[in-house]
Amino acid sequence: MTELFIRLIRRPQGLVGVALLALIAIACLFGPALAPYAPEKIDFLGRFRAPGWQNWLGADQFGRDILSRLMVGARSTVPMALVATLAGSAAGAIIGVGSAYLGGRIDEAIMRTNDAVMAIPGLLMALLLVSTLGNGAGNAVVAIAVAYAPGMARVTRSVALNIRNQDYVKAAIARGESAVWIIFREMLPNVMAPIVIESTIRVSFAVMLFATLSFLGVGAQPPASEWGLMVADARQYMYQAPWGLIAPSAAIALTAIAFNLLGDGLRDALNPKDER
Amino acid sequence: MSLAWLARRLLLMGYTLIVVSMLVFAITQILPADAAQSLLGENATPDMLAALRAKLGLDAPAWQQYLRWAGRVFSGDFGISMRTSQPVGPDMLTALSRSLLLAVSSILVTLLVAVPLGVVAALRHGRLTDAGVSLIAYLGVSLPEFVTATLLALLLADTLHWLPATGYISLLEDFGDGLRHLALPVLTISVILIAHVMRMMRSETLDVLKSDYIRAARLKGLPERTVLFRHALRNAMLPVVTIIALDVGYLLGGIIVIEEIFAIPGIGRALMVAITTRDLPSIQAGALIMAATYAITNTLADMAYALLDRRIRYD
Repeated sequence: MTELFIRLIRRPQGLVGVALLALIAIACLFGPALAPYAPEKIDFLGRFRAPGWQNWLGADQFGRDILSRLMVGARSTVPMALVATLAGSAAGAIIGVGSAYLGGRIDEAIMRTNDAVMAIPGLLMALLLVSTLGNGAGNAVVAIAVAYAPGMARVTRSVALNIRNQDYVKAAIARGESAVWIIFREMLPNVMAPIVIESTIRVSFAVMLFATLSFLGVGAQPPASEWGLMVADARQYMYQAPWGLIAPSAAIALTAIAFNLLGDGLRDALNPKDER
Repeated sequence: MSLAWLARRLLLMGYTLIVVSMLVFAITQILPADAAQSLLGENATPDMLAALRAKLGLDAPAWQQYLRWAGRVFSGDFGISMRTSQPVGPDMLTALSRSLLLAVSSILVTLLVAVPLGVVAALRHGRLTDAGVSLIAYLGVSLPEFVTATLLALLLADTLHWLPATGYISLLEDFGDGLRHLALPVLTISVILIAHVMRMMRSETLDVLKSDYIRAARLKGLPERTVLFRHALRNAMLPVVTIIALDVGYLLGGIIVIEEIFAIPGIGRALMVAITTRDLPSIQAGALIMAATYAITNTLADMAYALLDRRIRYD
């Protein structure tokens, strides 16, 4: 584990990714304590105040400090994306490994159906689900997880197919182990590396998808300072106060970049052979 | 591309459409405990609820509801919009045509920019140009489209006043103005797609340049230009077909946001309006048409791929 971490931060992309994620983690954990102002504190004299010594990143249409809102908002954005990705990846991994284990016609049927489900674009699937389940952050997380599962299932299955033919799986079958045992104890642990890489990169898309749902008004609800919601709010005033728009946009982009870099870094660290 | 392969591929597309229609129907009409209640809201009278339930056929078992609905949809009847009381189908298809114009223009712009950039990055592998191109690609995929759209509008419309910020004008009505209104949305979609295709083109070109047949072509003494254009690019271009087809799926999702931001009356916006007004037939039609577009594009892309690359023999 430590060796992996050292290999990870030895590469520039891994190092930058880990550093950015450390910052984001601090914001998620201690955001409210570290923020210079309360995120809801209204200051009518400071409406649309430009970035400066009073408000480092400026103030919004109610004079609320944008930096404070960002720091507190990290909580309502990043963990949501993480949970959604974890749930979606877990479901997808189980479907993928299960399908590879069953093999033959059943595998074919599961994967064809899986591919068919993927014909519904992720955002569309999420929107449909949220419109049925009702607006809100929790339902948005469920929707993203469901939208993610088929893609993960496809990735996992392609890896698991190779594992299926390994001797230790054949041995387990010969020993008469149950299907559940073989799937969870023999196959899943051995497909973890590619799943972890793929999931890490997918967190960045989950961050964007979650922010998009909030932006469209069906994800996190006001007065939460979720980043997508902040962009939606600031759009009305973008000519008077472009900083209100740029700050949360940058926060979303940095988070997405951080997870992308970490994913790429992990790929390199886990497969030292691949030079590209 | 054998006939058997073609038949199989078309069968697969049919299966995809059936699965998608079942899912869309299940999510919109079966999953809600009482679709009529959730459509009409808290203040509905019992009479209104009963009338709507009868209209939607909600009292029948789920599979009967689905078969009845699918039968109608298959004959091209998507029902009557609950918002406008007009047939849904024709309106959605008009909206789709506007979205397709947006999508096709974006793909053209993307190909024109991304393919040369990706190749240049590969040729300058490890140098500053390569790093610059890769950095831009990273940024492109790390910004959600609503951010890219808003930032581009802020820069090109509100600050520089080069382009109109929102709205849609038919190209048939006023070609010049129509193009100007199309520019910002196309630019936004292209930025994201360019990042994608450029990355792919770069790594494909790198792979091909390392291959034995390129070395053979060089050893034969062919000029570098011939090696690059006649041998390397031809092969590196192939996966781009697949990537573009897969990106259509992304594109259809992204178009929902882009059309909403730039007020383009395409299928994405129609779907958003349907979702916010809880117009069930329009939601179902919009979702189904979008997924069908994706399934058909993918089938066409597979066929194009099989035609271009004679080595492919799908069984």
